[in-house]
Amino acid sequence: MNQEFAGIKKRVPSPKLVFEKSSPGRVGCNLPSITTPEVDLNQELGETRSELHLPELSELEVVRHFTNLSHINYGIETGFYPLGSCTMKYNPKINERVAGLSGFTQLHPMQPVSTYPGAIEVMVQVQEFLAELTGFDAISLQPVAGAHGEMTCLMLMKAYHAAKGQGSRRIILVPDSAHGTNPASAARCGYEVKAVPTDANGNSDVAALKGILDGLGSEIAGLMLTNPSTLGLFETQIEEICQLIHNIGGLVFCDGANMNAMVGTTRPGDHGFDCMHLNLHKTFSTPHGGGGPGCGAIGVKQELVPFLPSPIVCRNSNGMAQLDFERPESIGRVSPYFGQFLMEVRALAYLLSYGKEHIHLISECAVLNANYVQEKLKKVLPPAFDRPCTHECVLTAEKYKKEFGVRALDISKRLIDYGFHPPTNYFPLIVPEAMMIEPTETECKETLDKFCEALILICEEASVQPDLLHQAPTSQIVGRLDETLAVKQLNVRWKPST
Amino acid sequence: MPYTPHTEYDRTAMLSELNLSSTDELFREIPENLRVQKGSLSLPNALSEYEIEKHLFRLSRLNRSSFDLISFLGAGMYDRYIPSTVSAMISRGEFLTAYTPYQPEASQGSLQTIYEFQTMIAELFGTDLANASMYDGATSMAEAAIVAHGINGRNTIAVSDLIHPHHRQVLNTYCWAIGLKTEVVPSVNGVCKLPEVGDQFACIVVGHPNFLGNLEDLSAVREWCNASGSQMIVSTDPIACALLKPPGEFGADFVVGEGQCLGVAMGLGGPAVGLFGCKQEHIRRIPGRIVGKTKEVHGDQEGYVMTLRTREQDIRREKATSNICTNEALMALANTVYLCAVGKNGIKQVAEASLRNSRYLQSKLEAIGMKKVDSSRYFCEFAVDLGKNAAPIVDRMLERGFLAGLALGEYYPARENQLLVATTEKRNKEEIDQYVSELAAEVGR
Repeated sequence: MNQEFAGIKKRVPSPKLVFEKSSPGRVGCNLPSITTPEVDLNQELGETRSELHLPELSELEVVRHFTNLSHINYGIETGFYPLGSCTMKYNPKINERVAGLSGFTQLHPMQPVSTYPGAIEVMVQVQEFLAELTGFDAISLQPVAGAHGEMTCLMLMKAYHAAKGQGSRRIILVPDSAHGTNPASAARCGYEVKAVPTDANGNSDVAALKGILDGLGSEIAGLMLTNPSTLGLFETQIEEICQLIHNIGGLVFCDGANMNAMVGTTRPGDHGFDCMHLNLHKTFSTPHGGGGPGCGAIGVKQELVPFLPSPIVCRNSNGMAQLDFERPESIGRVSPYFGQFLMEVRALAYLLSYGKEHIHLISECAVLNANYVQEKLKKVLPPAFDRPCTHECVLTAEKYKKEFGVRALDISKRLIDYGFHPPTNYFPLIVPEAMMIEPTETECKETLDKFCEALILICEEASVQPDLLHQAPTSQIVGRLDETLAVKQLNVRWKPST
Repeated sequence: MPYTPHTEYDRTAMLSELNLSSTDELFREIPENLRVQKGSLSLPNALSEYEIEKHLFRLSRLNRSSFDLISFLGAGMYDRYIPSTVSAMISRGEFLTAYTPYQPEASQGSLQTIYEFQTMIAELFGTDLANASMYDGATSMAEAAIVAHGINGRNTIAVSDLIHPHHRQVLNTYCWAIGLKTEVVPSVNGVCKLPEVGDQFACIVVGHPNFLGNLEDLSAVREWCNASGSQMIVSTDPIACALLKPPGEFGADFVVGEGQCLGVAMGLGGPAVGLFGCKQEHIRRIPGRIVGKTKEVHGDQEGYVMTLRTREQDIRREKATSNICTNEALMALANTVYLCAVGKNGIKQVAEASLRNSRYLQSKLEAIGMKKVDSSRYFCEFAVDLGKNAAPIVDRMLERGFLAGLALGEYYPARENQLLVATTEKRNKEEIDQYVSELAAEVGR
């Protein structure tokens, strides 16, 4: 291995579980003391519990436990995180500061509406910004994650068709390259899923689509389309596709997972889409938190506005931000309050930092970085389609599988030894040995160069020392873990020894 | 821009590598008519970091928070003390800025904390296991109802009218979309009145404590479920579970709840975190991520991975157990740190303080003739009859510096004169005395 990349094995013992560090009687927090009279708990509650196995640690032990665990975890702040389809961009620190203001954090969602005009104003400002960026007529911030936003959009479609007496439309079209959440969300709305194939250039196969529409047009509720596609390619015939779906009375949903490629450059609302979801935790820099919170705003055209989740947040005729509960055609609530409010605060801080003047830099630099990486790697890892990519590139490692028995996953695992987080593997499903690399706009040229250099070295290793890759990573606290064993001998919680 | 690092020099070098002369050419595949002219969007001007802070600070000051008002409002979200360790730990970049742990070797920190989270939630709920979290208490409940339908194929979800009204609205939306019916079960004396036994019910959903703070007869609910062949779903408060015999020990199939009370800021309702526990036999049907313990392929070192992945959408697509992908991992981490910080004795203290404060409040209110409406057992929240419409009283109590509680008339028209009041461990005797005297003055007692 190149010395510059040589990782040092983390030679720390397997960290103990917090339960194993417990000592009876220790306390880790200085809680408020009780000032009211004692009561008989059994009498008040009826049956009380006999045991409660929770840890007992001092405050310092608690802090050390989690600090040490953080040291064996990789985040954007640790290093480059080119996970395709996930937009792992820098999460600015000012976002965290403003989202921590007590005038936002200490608000109860059911306190009188008159007591939080500032919060409503935040929501309206986020909505206005997102509506203009995406070209939609209205935004709802109620969905709490990407998949939740997708599902909400399908619910809107369902309500729309029902209102037109076309509730019998039972099919949702989904490209074969789509995220798994698309078909899963369709199933959640009672829809049947039918796949649309991809053509030889990596676009949705318009001829095949026409064929499907000819046969099933009146039964189709809509199409879920990711643009740019999960292949990292812009759907060049997007206007025609939307028109075809509209012609048979269907609606078109844009999966906004790849919005980062379009911010300030092109607007899905102008492409012909009727609705879309946005991942504020991807495109608009709110942190992923190790798997959430997400934040899944949706944008819709006028025809879907009556069905939006209630209440809606809007301005009245005097320009004052307010809540509107009078929504007779609304699908109802999809989450109990206003969505991920504190994430919305973060997103607003981020949007304001770019503003009108700079907002296009997001897609411009994201697309530049992805194309640069695609170009630098094309000799060792060719792109699945030889076209300019958008904010991410999908490469194939098929050659290494055929010639050396090295799979995309092996290459990825070896990247960990070189200090990088792996890209997304085996997605989209239609590309063999796929490696999907999304650098994002916040990475500098030096990082990209170093990453490409590492991948080129690894591809060399694959041909001369394939076992290095099969056994990777060797630099982490654990080597590859046995996922089959995990399923066979399910152990999903600690239990006290008896 | 500090977040986009390219200098003019970098840009030129990178473009020349691509044989391009301008960044516009990067977008050559986008039809000309669909491109936006740079700077032409109608958006606010860019602000400096200082201006952003000032702008949002000013907006935040327009709100009246529980730092400005003394809160007796609960109704599903609680003004509880969050130890300083919680925000310090969840702010660590290695946790905060990580993705879902798809690469376990580089994610053992997140994975172990999730395993610890699953253990602690299962312990509190008295269930065999818990998943790695859901969006919030409402969607957790709706997902459990959909799993119940999958188990027995029945299409009617019975739901107590004393489940949080917003949670019921979310349940209704989910059920409408997937083609299930909901049937509201009425209540008497502030607890659920079980319907006639029937084979149409996929499940019954009850709250324990319920929306009015009261405790249900879970043994009776279990018997009803046995007789009906229905699944038993209990929505609970994890703080109450520190003292109560947990719902799992009553034989609940699914125990769900809102985890905000365990170290998560109220934040106008989000991000919250959905807790989801169940019996072992249901594990392959449940939504969301599950972390399991395993060993290295080529060694003996133990480690953690996401497991039973074939339930999930990225593998099973339309046949997945749910469409959920991103969940609330960071808030689940907040729950985990909270439960470690307060520990076994601290959580009992928090629960007992809340309960004792509510008993004291109840006695003080009764002394001025305001009675708890129902005689059922309760945890730390109850409905009190003010003898007049409660909604305007809540508004006027704001001027006296209090979030007085929730006026119930909006949700239960027959309870127009009732106020739902909650006491957490943050309230003390002095505040309760002051609250009661201000309320007495306002109501005219």
